[in-house]
Amino acid sequence: MISLAHYIVLGAVLFCIAVAGLFINRKNVIVLLMSIELMLLAVNMNFVAFSRFLGDVSGQVFVFFILTVAAAEAAVGLAILVLLFRTRSTINIADINSMKG
Amino acid sequence: MNPQTLQLICFYAFSFVAVVAALSVITLKNTVHAVLALVLTFFSAACLWILLDAEFLALALVVVYVGAVMVLFLFVVMMLDIDLEKMHEGFVKFLPVGVIVAVVMLVEMVGLIGVRTMHAQGLGANPATAAGVSNTAWLGQALYTKFLLPFEVAALILTVGLVAAVALTLRERSDARYESASRQVRVNPRDRVRLVKMAAVRPEPSAATSENTPGEPQP
Repeated sequence: MISLAHYIVLGAVLFCIAVAGLFINRKNVIVLLMSIELMLLAVNMNFVAFSRFLGDVSGQVFVFFILTVAAAEAAVGLAILVLLFRTRSTINIADINSMKG
Repeated sequence: MNPQTLQLICFYAFSFVAVVAALSVITLKNTVHAVLALVLTFFSAACLWILLDAEFLALALVVVYVGAVMVLFLFVVMMLDIDLEKMHEGFVKFLPVGVIVAVVMLVEMVGLIGVRTMHAQGLGANPATAAGVSNTAWLGQALYTKFLLPFEVAALILTVGLVAAVALTLRERSDARYESASRQVRVNPRDRVRLVKMAAVRPEPSAATSENTPGEPQP
């Protein structure tokens, strides 16, 4: 029998994989963006599981909104990436240091 | 076979695929392969959501993410000329700290969840079926009544994202020629065309034909 714990543990595993991806791929902006998408997926997994468990529709509505915001975020992020590549000819994070951050 | 056992087997199969694909997203050297692995992760997640009776969101995930966002990622990855060797350096250097942070987070999260106490509770009946409607209708009824204002705000966010993406990547090319519609409308015909009057002159027919016709023998 599938229980709530199955889904929550799966969401935690996916989230931790995404965090590890942020750490070990800190040169490549595209993989960083994909790690963020993976994090959002893990959070969505928890929302859907709790929505089913509690019988509340709000969790699934929230997943809908997260999907919307994530799509907009991906579009703007990739646009910034294209612009960055056009002006600097690189997407390596180590080379993007003109703001001295 | 017991349907619940079958569901459990499906859950483990899909979650195994999802976790392996997620691991390959962050470890694969080629970014195109990483994007394709992320597609597989999203697809497995959609299958898992169908197991949770969230059919609408599962199909929206496939359509919106796999169909649109991941294709956008693929376009960008293929459009940019990335030095893969340089991108991958530092992988071994940052691998230990990444693994340590992830494992510690995972242990803390699972400890916080309290798997043993929560494991006894099943998921219960499908709430949409209990309300007598399908999952899509259940979601839609809430979305268009209780969450109408956030729904409109979400539409606005999508529009803002669209306009921002276009405005960021739009560039004026100096070597291209453009038409200015307002200048075209404002132009006066008298500035462009000058009409002249002159008397009609008929050329001499015999001289013209004898000079221009090549077939005639020369005298």
